[in-house]
Amino acid sequence: MMRMEIRFSGFGGQGVILMGHIFGEAAVKDGKDVTLTKSYGPEARGGACSTDMIISDKRVHYPQVRRPDLLISMSQSALDTYKSGLKEEGTLIIDTGLVETSRPDTMGLPATKIAEEEFGLKMVANIVMLGYFTAKTGLVDKGCMEDTIASSVPKGTEEKNIKAFQRGYEEGSDEK
Amino acid sequence: MMKPGTYFMEGNTACAEGAIAAGCTFFAGYPITPASEILERMAKRFPEFHGSYLQMEDELASITAILGASWAGRKAMTATSGPGFSLMMENYGLGLMTETPCVIVNVMRGGPSTGLPTKVAQGDVNQTRWGTHGDVGVVVYVPSSPQEMFDLTIKAFNTSEKYRLPVVVLSDEMVSHMTEKVDIPKKEDIEIVERKKPEEPPERSLPFCPDEDLVPPMANAGEGYSVHVTGLTHDEKGHPSIDEETQNKLVTRLIDKIRKNADDILEYEEYMVQDADIIVVAYGSVYRAAREAVEIARDKGIKAGLLRPITIWPFPEDRIYDLAKNGTDNFLVAEINFGQIVFEVERCTGGAANTYLAPRMGGNIHTPEEIVDRMEAIEEGKIPDFKE
Repeated sequence: MMRMEIRFSGFGGQGVILMGHIFGEAAVKDGKDVTLTKSYGPEARGGACSTDMIISDKRVHYPQVRRPDLLISMSQSALDTYKSGLKEEGTLIIDTGLVETSRPDTMGLPATKIAEEEFGLKMVANIVMLGYFTAKTGLVDKGCMEDTIASSVPKGTEEKNIKAFQRGYEEGSDEK
Repeated sequence: MMKPGTYFMEGNTACAEGAIAAGCTFFAGYPITPASEILERMAKRFPEFHGSYLQMEDELASITAILGASWAGRKAMTATSGPGFSLMMENYGLGLMTETPCVIVNVMRGGPSTGLPTKVAQGDVNQTRWGTHGDVGVVVYVPSSPQEMFDLTIKAFNTSEKYRLPVVVLSDEMVSHMTEKVDIPKKEDIEIVERKKPEEPPERSLPFCPDEDLVPPMANAGEGYSVHVTGLTHDEKGHPSIDEETQNKLVTRLIDKIRKNADDILEYEEYMVQDADIIVVAYGSVYRAAREAVEIARDKGIKAGLLRPITIWPFPEDRIYDLAKNGTDNFLVAEINFGQIVFEVERCTGGAANTYLAPRMGGNIHTPEEIVDRMEAIEEGKIPDFKE
C-alpha cells in the first residue's frame, strides 16, 4: 500500500466523523501514517457530512484527498454529493438499507437495519459499518480496531460496540 | 501533562497540550473559528491542575490579561484568528516594549475582515512582523502538522522566556483542524526554559538592565523587587524617559535582542537544495503540498528543491542569499496570499536569482500539481516576474 485515499460520508448525526477518527487512530496504532481532514463549515450540521483520510506506509505530505480510492456512504444525500469524486476504479461501500446506486461492484450491508434490529441501537450503525469496512479492506489490524473502539465510545457501551463491530466484520468476511 | 505515548490528535488539541507541557498555567481568550478547539481543550484541562482559564469579553482584554499574568510569574497564552489578532495588535506591541514573555497563537483563516471563517489562508504573515506600530523584533513559529503544533508551542514558550517577548505560533486552519499522529515524549525529555531571575538584591536591581545576551533578568511581581512596567520609552530602571538617547538605546536593544541572537532562534528545513536550479519556498500547510511538488518535479527531470522556514521571523535571509549566490537560478514562493514572503525572498537573493510567486486566495492550499505547473512555466521562461 502506497497511498490510499478514503472518504467517509453520511448524514450529520450518524457518527461518520467518529468512524473516521476511530479508523485513523487504529491505523496509527497499527504503524501507519494517517492524515484526517474534515469538511468544515456551516453546512456540516444536517445534510451530507464527510471526513477525508489518507493512509500510507510512508509519511503523508500533501494532506488533501484528491479523488478517493474508497468512498463509504451512509446516506443517499452523501452519496449524491460525493460520488462524482470517487475514482473510476475506486470502491464504493454503502449502507444498503438506506442508499441506492446503480454503480456496479458496489459493496455494502444494511448497517443501520442490523444496528436497530440486532442491537436495538441505531447509534451503532457506524460501528457495524466500520467492522464491515475493516474486513473488506484489510488495511488495519482487527485487534487494533477493537482496542480503539473500546477506548473511543462512551463508558458502559464498550461491549455493545465491540459486538456491533464483530457483526459487521463477519458480514465483510463472509461475502464473496 | 498528558501521559507520554502516541496519539491521534487534532492540531489545535496538540497546541493546547504543548502549552500545558511547557508549563502554561494561565489562558485568557475569546473563542473564534478556527482556534476555538484550543480554548475548549484548555478549559477542559486547566481545572485538573489548578490552571487559570479566563474567557474574556474580547481579544483586547485577552492579550492584556496574559501580559498581566506573565508579570505575576505565570506562563500565559492566548489563541485567536485574524479578526482577533488584529484587535491584539496594540498590546502585542505593549508586550514587546515591556519585554513580557507569553505566547499568542494565531490560526489563520481567509481574510480580509471576517472573510472565510472555516477555511485556510496565510494572509497574516506580515501582520505578525509589521502589524503593531513602532520598530520591533519578533519571533514567529509556523507549524505544518499537529506534531509541530505540540513541539513548536513548547518552543514558543521557551523562546518567549529566554528572550523575554511575546512569541507567535502562526498556524492555519488546515494544520489546526488536521488530525495526525502526535508523539508526546516523557516529561524529562522535553526541554523547558524558565525566565532569568535577577541576582542583584532588590535595592540594587535595575529591572531593564540587560545581560550580555541583551535580555534583562525578570523579577515577578511580589518577589520584593520594585517593578515599573510601561509602554512609554523607559530607562533601565523602567521609568519613562522621553528623550532621544533613551529611545535609541532601548529600541536598538529590542531589535538587536532578536537580530543578534537570530542564529539561536532561526529554524528552517531544506529538501534537495544542493543541486537545485529552482527552490520552492513554502511554510505551514502549503509546505506539505510543496514537498510533494518537489518530488513530482524531480521525477520530471526538474532540479527542484525546497526551503521551509519554521521560524518565519526571524527569516532565513543569509541562507537564501547563499543559495542564490551558489547556483540556484530561481525561487518560487507558494503562499496563500497575493505575495508577502515573496518580497522577503526577493530581498534576500540580493538580485542573484529570480523570484516568482505562486499566489492563492484563501479557501484551500495549493495542489502539488499547481506548483509543478508554475515551476515548468518558469523553466520555460513563460513568466517574466512574480507580478505576473
